[in-house]
Amino acid sequence: MAAIVITLTSGKGGVGKTTATANLGAALAAGGLKVVCVDADIGLRNLDVVLGLENRIVYDLIDVVEGRCRLRQAMIRDKRLSDLYLIPAAQTRDKSAISPSDMVRLCDDLRQECDWVLIDSPAGIERGFRNAIAPADQVIVITNPEVSAVRDADRIIGLIEAEEKGPARLVINRIKPAMVKREDMFSPDDVLELLAIELLGIIPEDENVILSTNRGIPIALDGKSRAGQAFRNIALRLRGETVPFLDLFEQAGFFGRLSRLIRPGGS
Amino acid sequence: MSKFLNQLFGREKKSARQAKERLQLVLIHDRTDLNPHKLELLKDDLIEAISRHIEIDPSAVRIEMTQDGRQQRLIADIPLNPVGKRRLSQRYG
Repeated sequence: MAAIVITLTSGKGGVGKTTATANLGAALAAGGLKVVCVDADIGLRNLDVVLGLENRIVYDLIDVVEGRCRLRQAMIRDKRLSDLYLIPAAQTRDKSAISPSDMVRLCDDLRQECDWVLIDSPAGIERGFRNAIAPADQVIVITNPEVSAVRDADRIIGLIEAEEKGPARLVINRIKPAMVKREDMFSPDDVLELLAIELLGIIPEDENVILSTNRGIPIALDGKSRAGQAFRNIALRLRGETVPFLDLFEQAGFFGRLSRLIRPGGS
Repeated sequence: MSKFLNQLFGREKKSARQAKERLQLVLIHDRTDLNPHKLELLKDDLIEAISRHIEIDPSAVRIEMTQDGRQQRLIADIPLNPVGKRRLSQRYG
């Protein structure tokens, strides 16, 4: 095997990097591919709780880098998906505990173990970010449709280009279709015009993301959720398939279908 | 109510439009490290340098930033004074 290494980053915190890493990992693994998710947010780890694997941690990323365990000992297998693994971050260390070249070496070893390596980057533009993008073959930038997140995304896209890791692709998370419709939130087109990079996916705001995170089950495994569908679509695009973007304004239920009948082509 | 009327008559921009316009300006400065003050200084230097070689009207010089993908471009529009006018101004000026 020779895995593709993808780093998910954003600049700004709280836009959904960890949720996206967990869900893309779950969606790829559900498709029968072996995936290792690496939490690079040393000192502020969360990928373990989002995946519901917090009680299974024995060794972490730093233990591997410092030689206290073998790589496979730090790979925690998911409860549901036998092809999904997590390498957790250390919680009691900081970003200076590893270097970009440590990450490159770790990922070179991981490439032999699986099909995909997904790295959850910490927020910020400092050491932690540099560690996270050093081994990347591809970079995904996550943003939300609001000014501060888009501004930080632009900054991080520039840094990715400067590190010759570009061109990054964009995931716009937590879009509220009703607000976009009344022009009180950026549309995906607005964000793309501002950032001028390729779109990889759009994820609508969905309360079920919080419910699934509460339970430690990735929403990509929920067949009914719109956000879950959006994550599954992104996973397919990563695999090279052409999948149309979600129609944000698609109305569910009887009245939605009725209004589409009355106004075909509208909204 | 007045906000509603303003929007109805198109006097107040939608908030996403406002955000986009504000962010477009912010991104230019983030990407280039060039603020309006620096741009003004650059313009003065440019006028001075060009004026050493050719006669121009400083008040007609326009300098602006444009975006081409993720590439920022500095566009300078510098109208030259016509030769005939220059000769006249040399003779009588």
